Amino acid sequence: MNAAVLDEDRGHGHGRTPSSAPGHGTGGPAAKRIIVGYGFWIFLISDIIMFSALFTAYAVLAPATADGPSARQIFDPDSVAIETACLLLSSFTCGMASIAASQRSQKWTQLALLVTGLLGFVFLLLELREFHGLVARGDGPGRSAFLTAFFTLVGCHGLHVTAGLLWLGTMMAQFYAKGFRRDIQYRYFCFSLFWHTLDIIWVAIFGLVYLVGLKL
Amino acid sequence: MFGKLSWDAIPLDQPIPLGASVIVALVLCAVLAWVVAKGYFPYLWREWLTSVDHKRIGIMYCVLALVMLVRGFIDALMMRSQQALAFNAPGYLPPEHYDQIFSAHGTIMIFFVAMPFLIGLMNFAVPLQLGVRDVAFPTLNSVGFWLTAAGALLVNVSLFVGEFARTGWLPFPPLSELKYSPGVGVDYYLWSLQISGIGTLMTGINFVTTILKMRAPGMNYMRMPVFCWTALASSLLIVAAFPVLTATLAMLLLDRYVGFHFFTNTAGGNPMLFMNLIWAWGHPEVYILALPAFGIYSEVVACFSSKPLFGYRSMVIATLAICLISFTVWLHHFFTMGPGGDVNGFFGIMSMIIAVPTGVKIFNWLFTMYGGRVRMHTPMLWAVGFMVTFVIGGMTGVLLAMPPADFVLHNSLFLVAHFHNVIIGAVLFGAFAGYNYWFPKAFGFSLDERLGKAAFWFWFVGFYVAFMPLYVLGLEGMTRRMQHFSRPEWYPWVLIAGVGALLILCGIALQAAQLIVSIRTRARRRDPTGDPWDGRTLEWATSSPPPIYNFAVLPNVEHEEPYWGMKAKAREALRMSAEPRYEAIEMPRNSPTGFITAFFAVITGFSLIWHIWWLVVLGLAGAYATFVVFAWRDVVEFEIPAEEVARLDRANRVARAAALQEGATT
Repeated sequence: MNAAVLDEDRGHGHGRTPSSAPGHGTGGPAAKRIIVGYGFWIFLISDIIMFSALFTAYAVLAPATADGPSARQIFDPDSVAIETACLLLSSFTCGMASIAASQRSQKWTQLALLVTGLLGFVFLLLELREFHGLVARGDGPGRSAFLTAFFTLVGCHGLHVTAGLLWLGTMMAQFYAKGFRRDIQYRYFCFSLFWHTLDIIWVAIFGLVYLVGLKL
Repeated sequence: MFGKLSWDAIPLDQPIPLGASVIVALVLCAVLAWVVAKGYFPYLWREWLTSVDHKRIGIMYCVLALVMLVRGFIDALMMRSQQALAFNAPGYLPPEHYDQIFSAHGTIMIFFVAMPFLIGLMNFAVPLQLGVRDVAFPTLNSVGFWLTAAGALLVNVSLFVGEFARTGWLPFPPLSELKYSPGVGVDYYLWSLQISGIGTLMTGINFVTTILKMRAPGMNYMRMPVFCWTALASSLLIVAAFPVLTATLAMLLLDRYVGFHFFTNTAGGNPMLFMNLIWAWGHPEVYILALPAFGIYSEVVACFSSKPLFGYRSMVIATLAICLISFTVWLHHFFTMGPGGDVNGFFGIMSMIIAVPTGVKIFNWLFTMYGGRVRMHTPMLWAVGFMVTFVIGGMTGVLLAMPPADFVLHNSLFLVAHFHNVIIGAVLFGAFAGYNYWFPKAFGFSLDERLGKAAFWFWFVGFYVAFMPLYVLGLEGMTRRMQHFSRPEWYPWVLIAGVGALLILCGIALQAAQLIVSIRTRARRRDPTGDPWDGRTLEWATSSPPPIYNFAVLPNVEHEEPYWGMKAKAREALRMSAEPRYEAIEMPRNSPTGFITAFFAVITGFSLIWHIWWLVVLGLAGAYATFVVFAWRDVVEFEIPAEEVARLDRANRVARAAALQEGATT
């Protein structure tokens, strides 16, 4: 058993004949590439549903400021704009890393991933700065139901970014140690889907929390 | 150092939990000692605990469910005996203990009996029915199982260290908030469900992918067995509903741990938000449980009526209709909490509509039996028992779906009788039918029919004796969760219900006897053909127990009843199909990842419950390290040589050919 076996694009439990079936029942089980990506899409859907519950809670609790500050009083549009720019740019560099990985270029893959990670890190720092400022002013999540829902929704996205950064570091180490083996490529494909999904969720937060909040 | 944990957490002054935990600990130690002394541990570790084989994982799920069924049933016996003794008297269980018992009973029965039982049967049967060699993500499957087991372990630890929730099986705020439930009981509840919920979500993702992307050649959607369809619908519901549970419980955790205000009644918190979110998960959950059970009945009824399932397409449509409508009825769980007439009207009507596809299914099963040669084996007995019982439960459900009736009956024993009527009558009976049906496939020998039928009758009669009185009591105004009562007209019904619980106890004892007797006499119960029931779906096309790779050659599906089609061909020609060309097969290697992940999950959960923060950090770091080590491995599969595959398959072909000839001469 060696890397050569892993390099073949087949689901497990296969025979010797490789499968090119899409998994719709005509030619048997789908190829490993399809199965891995498909499964990860399903996971992402479930993650989005989890966020939808947090969005719901935010929508219900946003007016409940309990004599504390309202959205307009605490949001800093400049900081949020930079955060958004960082995250969107990081999605772009994440895509560049995909191209570099498919070209099997170690140098460019690592570089693009490093930039992706740094942008994600800056995003996190800005978010933490916002949170820290609020808590220091006494407007922490325990202040009102509105702040509770705000900190949870935005913080949950931040936690996802943190987990993404851990995963990204692991991916960089794997590309470095194991090269562009097919199973590592599948994993990177999942990571990039994850990273882009965090972008989509951030766009929803940017619109529904920050932009709507600044209008209120 | 140890957070909130101290010697006070051990219930030294309460004889019942202390005695129970000492007995559980002794039994556990005895089993462990026996395993180690007999030298079984390496085998157990190699072949079971680290197995990523869907059949083994399925069996372990069922074992977990059966063990927890005993635990949950002991809780039920305690509640029935307490109420039998508590007429104008305090009984033997103090209120704070009684509250923990009914909370633990509901939590355990739903999350750690019904869920693992059905997920276990899905795990075992679905890949076999699809004609493939494993699920899409075998190691993830193992992680999912072990996380479920970790949750079950934490619930049971609460018996000995600390306490369990006193808030019912769903912890409604503000009662479950720190202010009103300051103990660790609710925390035990929340963390065990968070851990096992992640495991369930993994299973859901795994099965959606498996069913949609991995099927034998030729098996298009309209050739999939109905059990696969219901497993798909149930998995879709898991993917759509469990994240909501995770988010909701996380919100309650944040309220309790760091003083957030989601559901508090101060600082703008909104307890009704919890009601809506939890039931947006909770009602689909009912169908996550019921749909796979419906699938089992479909398989059992068709097989034992020796006929194709009546109305296959309508069955599929009904399944998916239920899947969809189940998301539009959640509010009927709190009609009385002020949504207003219009909203109640909408949800009442939706709740009645969802009974329609369910009714379609009942008729389909009846018409499948009609004109068939019905063989009353144990699985079929459970199926017929279900049809009778479930119709009653469904009708009381439609009754409760009417808001005006619900205003009178809500929170009464009528409701308790209703949901036991559907959960026991549909889900548990279905699981037992599946257990008896697939047992010979899993182990190569069949279960004792006489004891199995006796167990059915005790369960069936016991169920009616235990729960029909609760309908009467509900109509007479007895509310649920009463630790004592003083109305003399309730007393006889309470006693009858207690007798019913004892009858069910006999049923469980007979099931244990059935298992023991069958194992002891397994030599003469062997089934060499792999097709003891004259089955119609692909799991019966391979030997019993199936080899690790399930099928020597992936079956080519050309018929709506895949295996029946093959058999009919062979019977017509009076010989088996020609021997296929065997190839080497690559299968995923076993992995301890699941077990180790669960170990760290238990550590993390326990230390979170007791606020031992350094241990939390350690547990999370361990979980991440496990992930990295798993991601780092290079060799993920092993190869089974073609000669080995040929050897195993030829032995089974000989037995099948003999059975074919025998069938031709009789």
